[in-house]
Amino acid sequence: MSFPLPEPTPLSKPYWDALADGRLTFQRCRKCQHAWLPARAECPECLAAEWDWQTASGKGRVISWVIYHHAYHEAFKDKVPYNVTLVELDEGPRLVTNIVNPEAGIKAERPVTLKIEDEHGVALARFALV
Amino acid sequence: MRGKYVIAGIGHTKFGRLPGRGTISMNVEACRNALADAGIEKSAVDALFVKVPTSRYQSMYGQTLAEAIALQPKVGGVWDQGGATNISMISFACMAIDAGQCEVSLVTLADDPKTGTRQAYEKAWGDDAAYGWFSIAAGYALIMQRHMAEYGTKPEQFGEIAVAVRNHGANNPHAALRLPLTLDKYMSSPFVVEPLRRDDICLVSDGAAAVVVMSGERAKEFGVKAPVKILGFGQGHTSYDVPLRPVLTETMAKASAETAFKMAGLSPKDIDVAQIYDCYTIAVMMTLEDYGFCKKGEGGKWVEGGRVAVGGELPINTSGGLLSETGMPGMQHVMEGVRQMRGTSVNQVKDAETCVVSNQGGIMTTHSTMILSRQ
Repeated sequence: MSFPLPEPTPLSKPYWDALADGRLTFQRCRKCQHAWLPARAECPECLAAEWDWQTASGKGRVISWVIYHHAYHEAFKDKVPYNVTLVELDEGPRLVTNIVNPEAGIKAERPVTLKIEDEHGVALARFALV
Repeated sequence: MRGKYVIAGIGHTKFGRLPGRGTISMNVEACRNALADAGIEKSAVDALFVKVPTSRYQSMYGQTLAEAIALQPKVGGVWDQGGATNISMISFACMAIDAGQCEVSLVTLADDPKTGTRQAYEKAWGDDAAYGWFSIAAGYALIMQRHMAEYGTKPEQFGEIAVAVRNHGANNPHAALRLPLTLDKYMSSPFVVEPLRRDDICLVSDGAAAVVVMSGERAKEFGVKAPVKILGFGQGHTSYDVPLRPVLTETMAKASAETAFKMAGLSPKDIDVAQIYDCYTIAVMMTLEDYGFCKKGEGGKWVEGGRVAVGGELPINTSGGLLSETGMPGMQHVMEGVRQMRGTSVNQVKDAETCVVSNQGGIMTTHSTMILSRQ
């Protein structure tokens, strides 16, 4: 049984490398300042191909969440029930992530803070309810 | 174009488990039945619009089907908007006929996720799989959770939709699932991806369905027995995937309906019966809101008290929809809209003159609307 680990591309490698280094990063357009995730080659707002990776504050809020009671992948069979949560960073980009302390009560709009965790040797950007 | 084009015939296969049939064979059967229902010969057909099978992509699928029915269409090919495809293809057929490109079109789909592959429905979303983010169901659950958080929508209110539609299906001899549902049973149905319960989720079915589209004038020449007028249609597509959608509880279904209602010269209050794409109960609730039957966020309260059941103010999914008739993506709603306008539904709404039909695909990503009327 293999865990479905990220498969970095030349475009997304800096994102995963930064996470391994303890930093959550996102892309910001040099032309229109739009900020986004996940990695893409052009700004989805103004289509410019000039952008930079920036480090996020790690602060955000919960947009929505779900609790899996059914495992769609073998690797998650002993993890159910587990949460998958949509977080919006203060800088704007959104991430699909997990809340590490769901017992605190996941709620829409609740503030969260970054908690990078190791998963099978790869750094993932998880969050804790504040 | 209002009322100028009609659905002249409808046809389908059995719904449920059809192992080993393959989608081409199912499409051919649905086309054969639709032509017979219209009472026309295959030789009259000069356009073939085909929905790409969701469960397995095949290149040049439209022409593979054309070969299987020995047809050389003037206009043809596959269209891919997931479940929104059917109504969109019907509207493109109308526009193609109106532009003089063709005269009579078959519009058809077949899929076999039940006994073929279900891969498309259980896929992981790229690198997010590391967080356990899998399945179409979870995308709908994410929207449903936000709707509940933002508007206080209650589980029982989603249950109202499931109960109404399942009970309609229980009365339909063609339905793949004929198991009535009560609110108590709904509430004790297990969570799959919370807040989604098993009974919020549609069936997975093999099957095919087809319709014949032509002008009302041509239908008269052919002596078509029960043509149903298309008064209006519209589309709207939300380009971003769910997590990136700025507002989770709004979709382009609103724009799709506005276009269709404007073309038809009608408003939601003029609608007697509705066939609303019900892959998940949250999709029904948001479509009712986006179509203007009630205000955004008030869908939960609005569906209470059997309003969407036969006998209520706006009966929906009178053949059982995706929750009960068949999990087929969308054409069952078109066919049931036609039956309601012909007066031949097993759950016929008395004196129904108008029907709105919604189709949608992805995770409320694509949307298409059609308004039908009795002749």
